[in-house]
Amino acid sequence: MRWFWYASPQTFFPVAGSIARWSAIAAALLAAAGLYVGFFVAPTDAQQGEAYRIIFIHVPAAWMSMLIYVVMALWAAAGLALNTRLSGMMASALAPTGALFTFIALWTGALWGRPTWGTYWEWGDARLMSELLLLFLYFGFMALQAAIDDPRRADRAGAVLALVGVVNIPIIYFSVQWWNTLHQGASVSLTAAPKMAQTMLAGMLLMTFAFWAYAIAVSMLRVRCIIRERGA
Amino acid sequence: MLAIVRCMVCRELLLAARRRGDVATILLFFVVVTSLFPLGIGAEPNRLREIAPGVIWVAALLSSLLSLKRLFENDHADGTLEQMLLGAAPLGVVVAAKTAAHWLLAGLPLVAISPLIALQYGLAPALYGVLALSLALGTPVLSLIGAIGAALTLGLRGGGVLLALLVLPLYVPVLILGAGAVEMASAGAGGEGQLLLLGAMLAVAAVFAPWAGAAALRISSE
Repeated sequence: MRWFWYASPQTFFPVAGSIARWSAIAAALLAAAGLYVGFFVAPTDAQQGEAYRIIFIHVPAAWMSMLIYVVMALWAAAGLALNTRLSGMMASALAPTGALFTFIALWTGALWGRPTWGTYWEWGDARLMSELLLLFLYFGFMALQAAIDDPRRADRAGAVLALVGVVNIPIIYFSVQWWNTLHQGASVSLTAAPKMAQTMLAGMLLMTFAFWAYAIAVSMLRVRCIIRERGA
Repeated sequence: MLAIVRCMVCRELLLAARRRGDVATILLFFVVVTSLFPLGIGAEPNRLREIAPGVIWVAALLSSLLSLKRLFENDHADGTLEQMLLGAAPLGVVVAAKTAAHWLLAGLPLVAISPLIALQYGLAPALYGVLALSLALGTPVLSLIGAIGAALTLGLRGGGVLLALLVLPLYVPVLILGAGAVEMASAGAGGEGQLLLLGAMLAVAAVFAPWAGAAALRISSE
């Protein structure tokens, strides 16, 4: 099985290096294209004016924040099930990037909320609260791993926490929705035809792929550091 | 299986009966926290009535959190936990029994005293039952989720604060539904929906949490 060949940290180390390099280049190119489309090509919004352009950072960051937690939980599950060392390392390498994207989503959301809702922070908004709790879950994961000295125990304990967290995220999301929300409904869905302009969607997707490539690049670099640190 | 559960629960209760102070401390903490809020917020009856469900529930969350330490810590310190890990009894059942005993000692007293707190906050008498019921359904979920966190942080430095960071975000749905049930009932809409959801969460947590707690316990005591 070629897959398990790469599950060894030693063989993965050089591969991670080249993945990181190419992903970083892809991230730079995609971000340049996405920002160009976002700032110069996409039309001004009829209601929100230029303020809406933060969507090109905000929405992709929010998507990534949730996606990375799921990917982290998948690595965690793989680590527990297959007992591979690299899986735990990948999970811990992803966590800071996920927390960063969650923070960016919250921060840009606050900046966007000020001109459109008239407030930086709205306690009653379900998505805002779920993102905040997601940030706490990331912090909990990182704090737990930081508190455990033995790396194997840290990996496995983190894995259990990530799995408990990923089961809880939908429950948290729907329970938080019990509050009335003044967030605009989801304006992008895969099933219904997008209501937004094609160029806006294109810019947002470009930025999403840029963030994706960035996340891969950074987590690969981080996993290389972890491999070195543990002397594997 | 039931014999194991009965034996474990009796053991925990006996241990607690020998050291009654621990149980009383948790209950006192709950009472003290709830009486701090009027001092901080002001004594206006209407406002207090409005915030009462949330305050009581947050206090219940915190006292459940603080009592989690004693779930595994003492057994870990004197080596009993190791014997349980090695023993023939399935670890998931042991964790479930210990969690049940924990709820009897740390959750049930809160349920029992909640009408008194509700009276102090001036809630309508019709709401006492809803509040107690929401706590009776919700605090076992807190104990079950908390058991996972307590098992994960077993023997770590700074375990108490870390445990709070791990567990409190996971407590949020229980808080929202529990306080929501009382608020809905006080608005005259009945709190059945929230209570049913709390019951569903209890059922799910009762099935999965002891299992996850057992896995965490094995990891922590390798």
